[in-house]
Amino acid sequence: MSESTGHFRRARGQSPRALKAAPQAAPPPFERFYEDHRAAVLGELRRLLGVQAAEDAYQETFLRALRAYDRLRHADNLRAWALTIARRVAADQHRRRDAEPEATEPSLDTRPAYAELGELAGALPRKERAAVVLRYGYDLSYAAIGAALGSSEQAARQAASTGIRRLRRSMQ
Amino acid sequence: MTVSPALDRRFREAAAAAGLLDVAYDLTDSPIGTLLVATTDRGLCRISFDPEPDRMTEELARAFGARVLRAAGPIEPVRRQLDEYFDGRRKQFELAVDLRSAAPFSRDVLRRLARVPHGEVTTYGALARAAGRPQAARAVGTVMNRNPIPIVLPCHRVIGANGSLVGYGGGLERKERLLKLEGALDNTLL
Repeated sequence: MSESTGHFRRARGQSPRALKAAPQAAPPPFERFYEDHRAAVLGELRRLLGVQAAEDAYQETFLRALRAYDRLRHADNLRAWALTIARRVAADQHRRRDAEPEATEPSLDTRPAYAELGELAGALPRKERAAVVLRYGYDLSYAAIGAALGSSEQAARQAASTGIRRLRRSMQ
Repeated sequence: MTVSPALDRRFREAAAAAGLLDVAYDLTDSPIGTLLVATTDRGLCRISFDPEPDRMTEELARAFGARVLRAAGPIEPVRRQLDEYFDGRRKQFELAVDLRSAAPFSRDVLRRLARVPHGEVTTYGALARAAGRPQAARAVGTVMNRNPIPIVLPCHRVIGANGSLVGYGGGLERKERLLKLEGALDNTLL
């Protein structure tokens, strides 16, 4: 406590740049960040993408934010930070729309409920399990799954596909 | 812009399924009031009688990391076992617990506490002796008072040497209710 007071005292007599180095508050629990900014994020995504596409982009935005959250060292301008991620996700979606149509994906004949799927996929390697559960249990796009896994859309598609093949083999 | 409950739930559950949370928590009803239940990837880390979500999420974030999110999926096994316990159908919990945030002495005492069976009581002094610190009955009392996982780690089964209930972090009424549910009130002064 006394240390930070001392820091501020020194900083006051110095240039504005030194003030920037003053200790900042840690980010709030993710729950509060999410509740404070989800409406604004959804509004921005609807404006940029339309109602339908906004839903998927919403998942991707907050999964990306969650992934980056433990590296966040400040609590400043979190609204701006959330909206920046949302705009990047929207731009990525626009790019994908302009590119070629989605390749065909592996499919399960019946889609079990996610709880059941979670159990079925329990023995898969971590990334494959997450990809399978998010794709077939929660119907997330590969872009959103990539955001959750910290990898690319292509890698997410690959992980789901490998996971499904492994599941099929294990169920035979 | 209102986020629909379905969209909201899908994000919360996907975040948990992706393994991105430090802590998942939810509220659950019980005969002794609403409980806040929280888990990490290692196990159950909190049960709170005073489910004031803002204060609890701050505390959980400090102890386990900032990625704290309300999500029902991860706490489902705990909810189920608590329901069974309050219905009288479960005498023993089968749940991993995460005691990372407890100091070594507290952790040791809480582990010993976990072995006090349903329907029985012990004393602060007996727990202190079991932990190898026979003089530490008061310290054991403090550990019980700050027990992060009451009910599952049964601090309600710890009473005074003279048979009085002494105290309970969640209030004496709750301690009495729990002991009554377990048929253990005969072992006390009440």
